[in-house]
Amino acid sequence: MLDKDGIAKRIAKEIKDGYYVNLGIGIPTLVANYIPEGVNVVLQSENGLLGMGPFPFEGEEDPDLINAGKQTITTLPGSSIFDSAMSFGMIRAQKIDLTILGAMEVSENGDIANWKIPGKMVKGMGGAMDLVASAKNIIVAMQHVNKAGESKLLPACTLPLTGVKCIKKIVTELAVLDVLPDGGFKLVERAPGVSVEEIRNATAGKLYADDDVPEMVID
Amino acid sequence: MINKVVANADEAIADITDGKTLMLGGFGLCGIPENCITALVKKGTKELTCISNNAGVDDFGIGLMLKQRQVKKMISSYVGENAEFERQLLSGELEVELIPQGTLATRCLAAGYGMPAIFTPAGVGTEVAEGKEVRNFDGKDYLMEYAFDADFAIVKAWKGDTAGNLIFRSTSRNFNPVMAMAGKITIAEVEELVEVGELDPDHIHTPGVYVHRVFQGKDYEKRIEQRTVRKRN
Repeated sequence: MLDKDGIAKRIAKEIKDGYYVNLGIGIPTLVANYIPEGVNVVLQSENGLLGMGPFPFEGEEDPDLINAGKQTITTLPGSSIFDSAMSFGMIRAQKIDLTILGAMEVSENGDIANWKIPGKMVKGMGGAMDLVASAKNIIVAMQHVNKAGESKLLPACTLPLTGVKCIKKIVTELAVLDVLPDGGFKLVERAPGVSVEEIRNATAGKLYADDDVPEMVID
Repeated sequence: MINKVVANADEAIADITDGKTLMLGGFGLCGIPENCITALVKKGTKELTCISNNAGVDDFGIGLMLKQRQVKKMISSYVGENAEFERQLLSGELEVELIPQGTLATRCLAAGYGMPAIFTPAGVGTEVAEGKEVRNFDGKDYLMEYAFDADFAIVKAWKGDTAGNLIFRSTSRNFNPVMAMAGKITIAEVEELVEVGELDPDHIHTPGVYVHRVFQGKDYEKRIEQRTVRKRN
């Protein structure tokens, strides 16, 4: 079973040289720590920055320079800054190669819910609905089951949706799964030491698994 | 050159009366029009509809206006950082319309470009789509979203000249240029007000035609919401 950093490490292997990438808050943010040496990527922050650098050194924080999580950050050589409309313009026009975000639930037809829990204070969707509706390549980083042990990979989402039929790949603490075009989760890789049976038990939606599912390789 | 300069925030917002719709620039607390918010709190204008990506925090930004119960309705994409906001929302004192961030930005853009509506895939198949026209282009569904109609847009720029030309700094640009384009009346507060001719025309982000009033702001606090740093070695 993977911890959060393990999930981030596995997702980092999906990032290819030359990609423009948008990272959501939570586990997706950790992915930036594991981008392989020699792979050049440009991170987008949807408030209006391409080329997000690391946190500033203590004492060098600039209140005018923050990321979409409102954290102080830095720019890098080659960074560019623009307004929020252009930022979502490049997302909508599919100029961003990969979007990595978290989810509360994903359904077997690729619907995602990650912004609202009925009965709880609703904070808003931020840019999540724009990202899932437009991105050509989305990886969801999520826990396979909730704290009560119930599956979050479902036949249909129970929570209010963020987007429909938009998720194609999921990485959890147990597995890498693809969402098949005609519906259903296809088990692609198992986390180290996790059996197909365990994954099947943790997946409420339809799961397709070959007899021999490879184990993830994580350095 | 036409002179857009007013003396200060009080003069700039003097004709904002109860019940108006305002756009307020900024993302989180970054690039918010601090001087105008202070002036609005002092003036006590009420029943306002505020279009702003966020709603400030309890003791800063739009949170100050919420505390004085000046806001009737917020139109935002994310409002998570404010306990007073939550209290007013749950008690029904405050109306909130949550819309996707890109939709919010692009509805400003449409207003500034003179286009009545946009089509966006954001929110298709979700509760955001309820009651909205859906159009299919090339096999994909899009929601029709209207351009915003705001009485005033209030923005914060880094530099501005007396003709209202504006330059923004770093990610404090965010929603400011698109909101500046979208107000029936646009008010810009700037960190540094200069004479015409001092800004390179090639470097202007917002042409002065969109800006009706500009003033030299003061005492910027520029509060940081999430201070994140790394250690030297």
